Amino acid sequence: MCTDTIINRHLFQGKYGLLNMDEQKIIQVEQLKYEYPQSDGHLALNNLSVSINAGEWVAIIGHNGSGKSTFAKSLNGLLDLQSGSVMIDDLPLALDTVWSIRKKIGMVFQNPDNQFVGATVEDDVAFGLENQGVPRPEMIERVQEAVKRVGMLDYLKREPSRLSGGQKQRVALAGIIAQQPEILILDEATSMLDPKGREEVLATIHKLKQETNMTVLSITHDIDEAASADRIIILDNGQVYDQGTPADIFAYGQRLLDLGLDVPYPEKLKAALNKLQIEMPTDYLTTERMVDYLWTLHSKM
Amino acid sequence: MDITFQNVSYTYQPGTPFQGVGLQDINVTIPSGSYTALIGHTGSGKSTLLQHLNALLKPTSGVVKIGTREITPETNNKHLKAIRQKVGMVFQFPESQLFESTVQKDIAFGPQNFGVPIDEALARAKEMIELVGLPANVIDKSPFDLSGGQMRRVAIAGVLAMQPEVLVLDEPTAGLDPVGRREMMGLFEKLHIEQGMTIVMVTHQMDDVANYADNVIVLEHGRLAKTGSPREIFADPDWLTEKQLGLPTTTQFAQALSRRGFIFDQVPLTEHELAALLAEQLPKKAGRAHE
Ligand SMILES: Nc1ncnc2c1ncn2[C@@H]1O[C@H](COP(=O)(O)OP(=O)(O)OP(=O)(O)O)[C@@H](O)[C@H]1O
Ligand SMILES: Nc1ncnc2c1ncn2[C@@H]1O[C@H](COP(=O)(O)OP(=O)(O)OP(=O)(O)O)[C@@H](O)[C@H]1O
Ligand SMILES: [Mg+2]
Ligand SMILES: [Mg+2]
Repeated sequence: MCTDTIINRHLFQGKYGLLNMDEQKIIQVEQLKYEYPQSDGHLALNNLSVSINAGEWVAIIGHNGSGKSTFAKSLNGLLDLQSGSVMIDDLPLALDTVWSIRKKIGMVFQNPDNQFVGATVEDDVAFGLENQGVPRPEMIERVQEAVKRVGMLDYLKREPSRLSGGQKQRVALAGIIAQQPEILILDEATSMLDPKGREEVLATIHKLKQETNMTVLSITHDIDEAASADRIIILDNGQVYDQGTPADIFAYGQRLLDLGLDVPYPEKLKAALNKLQIEMPTDYLTTERMVDYLWTLHSKM
Repeated sequence: MDITFQNVSYTYQPGTPFQGVGLQDINVTIPSGSYTALIGHTGSGKSTLLQHLNALLKPTSGVVKIGTREITPETNNKHLKAIRQKVGMVFQFPESQLFESTVQKDIAFGPQNFGVPIDEALARAKEMIELVGLPANVIDKSPFDLSGGQMRRVAIAGVLAMQPEVLVLDEPTAGLDPVGRREMMGLFEKLHIEQGMTIVMVTHQMDDVANYADNVIVLEHGRLAKTGSPREIFADPDWLTEKQLGLPTTTQFAQALSRRGFIFDQVPLTEHELAALLAEQLPKKAGRAHE
């Protein structure tokens, strides 16, 4: 009955445990502490330690105010940390490494308006490349490619601040995609896309990840986005509360709500059917397996 | 207070090379006391339409009737205060509506602006902080020194504090954690049911449309594509997919069940509807059924 969970645990240990020490860790943070100015001793990061492998897709979840955005900002040196260490691609984050580190990390902020610098979509997407000293012909090509990937080619000459919410998020993503960073951090970067648009954008990023072995950290409250990750890390009160594969984490059922993620649909339906006195298994079922289970049960009628 | 659009068009930056269509020939009524969901893909004109509901934008042509008040292209920007008080709006990006030095003052601004004495406005703000699930210690913080989801809650609190007749919400749960999302949706529903508040909500979450709305407006390229009840709108999955809009999770799940062999004589929209339809076709638990 629980083979699924056992297999998942096993995979989990193989992937993140002692068995594979030599897998390259691209992000290693240890015991981060951070307190925002004037916050009366409240630690937004409270002894946070975590490590992430190169090429991994990690979803970061947690309730509002749990420290997700603060953690993201700590990685490229946007915060003056009280203590702890950040290591990116074997470089310890410090004054003399911060610029090299920022080149490796592309971050899409929670509010795209905080991200725009260019007067037109085209200029905005080109900005990061210009900074990296990418030659002009290559730059033009990369801008076109990135804008095309997010479906905004018709808007090249438009002012980013005069776009709809979802269009802004697409442009913000294009700006980062164009830079082809080694590490891509998405801070709720698809929260205002329509369902189809979100699917397309995530597929685009998955594809890019495959092409370039990019590492992806996606901060999200969206269950589907979390489900497509290799690993889910749950933050609570500035610390890592728990982590595991999506199947491990989704098995928490109703408890997921307190941890900052919605309950997967099959779990919701299970609860509703349980109330109606229909026998339901306790382990986590994907949509497919839930459909199979219900059909098998139906044939027993 | 009904809000009616008559032949409303809106053009952004008219007369410039950047001129762009926001809305085109919209004719629609948002009935008083309705819970109206406004859906449509990115750039379809949802936020543009919302901003006409409290005259933040005025039509380039046509008329918007807000209760007895008529807004036309010629309407003077003065004397709109009464409308702004009756129609409260939470913007798509909450940061754009926060501005005071502390969370409490920010929430109290609306009521104070509409004549509530300062002490009462501040007291109301304090209540609202709790109501929207903000930690009590944010009260004297700057609203900009908050997390994304916390800012969203402050913006919602500020509008609720004005006690509007019509609550206009542009993707109000984006950025909220799932508990916050549920609580906030529950709060809006309660205001709708208990106080008869009219709710107009832009959302990409078809589950929310199915669970809460009684009226749906679909926009496409600035034009009205369809209106109807959620059941009418979701009855045609192919049409919705063509318009880049999804289906409620339940409806999708029921489609998967149908492919496997289940037969439903009605399209289920919520998990409880589906569970009830399924229960008729499944064996009940044996033994200790009641506890
Ligand atoms: N600029 C700031 N100044 C002071 N405190 C802040 C600031 N930004 C965030 N905080 C506080 O730090 C804590 C962590 O915030 P953070 O933005 O990292 O949360 P989050 O997990 O990203 O939340 P959300 O899901 O709402 O975006 C919260 O208690 C928040 O109030
Ligand atoms: N300030 C502006 N200036 C010029 N054009 C604008 C402005 N705001 C929006 N537009 C354009 O008007 C159209 C409708 O935008 P609107 O913001 O109403 O879309 P929306 O349906 O709310 O989309 P989303 O779901 O992405 O928020 C879009 O094509 C957009 O680019
Ligand atoms: Mg955040
Ligand atoms: Mg919008």
